[in-house]
Amino acid sequence: MNKVIIARDLTLSYSSNETIINKVNFSIDSGSFVFITGASGSGKSTLVKSIFGALKPKQGSLVVGGVELNRVSRSKLNLLRRHIGIVFQDYKLIKEWTIDKNIMLPLLINGYVKSVANNQVDKLLKHVRLNHQSGKYPLELSGGEQQRVAMARALSHNPILILADEPTGNLDEYSSQLIWNLLEGANSQLKTTVIVVTHHIPKTISTDYKHFHIEYGSINEIR
Amino acid sequence: MKSVKNHLSLVIALLSILFSMQVFFIVERSIEAYKVNLASSYSVIAVSKKPLESSEIVKINKIISSVQELSPDSVIKRLSSDMKNTNVELLKLTLPKFYKLSLAYYPTSEEVKELRADLLANNSITKVEDFSHTHGTTYKLLLLFKNVVSLFAIVVLIVTVLLIFKELRIWQYKHNERMTIMGLFGAALWLRSAVLFRLAIVDALIASFLAFGIFFYMSSYPWVLEQLGSIGINIVIFNPINDFLIILGVAISISIVLASLIVIGHKEEA
Repeated sequence: MNKVIIARDLTLSYSSNETIINKVNFSIDSGSFVFITGASGSGKSTLVKSIFGALKPKQGSLVVGGVELNRVSRSKLNLLRRHIGIVFQDYKLIKEWTIDKNIMLPLLINGYVKSVANNQVDKLLKHVRLNHQSGKYPLELSGGEQQRVAMARALSHNPILILADEPTGNLDEYSSQLIWNLLEGANSQLKTTVIVVTHHIPKTISTDYKHFHIEYGSINEIR
Repeated sequence: MKSVKNHLSLVIALLSILFSMQVFFIVERSIEAYKVNLASSYSVIAVSKKPLESSEIVKINKIISSVQELSPDSVIKRLSSDMKNTNVELLKLTLPKFYKLSLAYYPTSEEVKELRADLLANNSITKVEDFSHTHGTTYKLLLLFKNVVSLFAIVVLIVTVLLIFKELRIWQYKHNERMTIMGLFGAALWLRSAVLFRLAIVDALIASFLAFGIFFYMSSYPWVLEQLGSIGINIVIFNPINDFLIILGVAISISIVLASLIVIGHKEEA
């Protein structure tokens, strides 16, 4: 099976004297659904940052979608990011843009024609059950609705990989369940690789998914 | 309303820079025009013990534009009532020659001194009257006026630049988040900064057209024309093509520098 992520002796740190992730080795198959768990401050989000190239490895190597991130140029990194969908706990929506334009962002970056992008936005708004909110701004929506907009944005350009960093951290049960359904749907129907960083795995979700746990700078495969 | 607010702060800052710049140009033009007026009425008198050719005098200093020999008749008339004609003719021959020198432009005090020295260096010229006291006072007044206006323009420029830098921080904060989010999805730098540059250029255009409107109106405002006319100045207060192009160029340059500083100062967060 193709590997979408390969980490070899990967070491991550923000400063020279503090190592967050220490010489870890792991790989993630293309089309898989993976959980990464760990206590607060264990380095889960740091690992996500390194996967989308916001933090370069200090040592070792990290290959994402065939791109070696140690020595990647800015333009190559941009190209890689165009194939990744990201969902954050704090949504990271552009407040001065309507939710439609927020969802359209990856499509515009990927050079889609406006009419095609508009159709895709309409479909996605229905998919995340927000078609009645079209034309509104993010701050006019509840937290759960904003996270669904962020999900729709992450799905809009059919990425090869979705990274979700605590996607349900701030949400109620109903919204959380919707987000999990959307992530599972993307994985099962579109064969998109999904990596979810979370404190705990919900009981309603399949136990077949791969699970890594980060502790004391090392990463252990639970299943 | 929010959109107007977004534009207003930079538009006002740009407008004050353009306003002080154009006022400086108007003062500069007025002073130059006034100098031409003064130059036409200002002349230097040179006294020579023997007759000199006009061309010879003109060659002495490049500032001399023309020479006119003053007739001694008026002086002689006052003395000649009891004199015989032969004596009058003899007196005419013995009197020194007076020359009125017209100047090409209104000279600085240094140029007046230099002209005086050059004239006296000629063996025939014995005396030069340059009216330096009158000239010095007028020239110092002009310089004072110009310096006060320049100082005013510089103060406005400094205050506005400080305001713009404050505005820059607000813009940086406002645009940083959007640029970071766009970067997360792989937007190229030009795409991330496009909104910012568009906003900056639109503000520059608004400020330039407002300045155009103000100065175009001012250039035909009767009170302004009357004031300039009263001191004999006839200048182009605002040239709708040249001045507008300068204003537009300055406004767009400032806006682009401002937007570039934000793009350069942008730090990606995740």
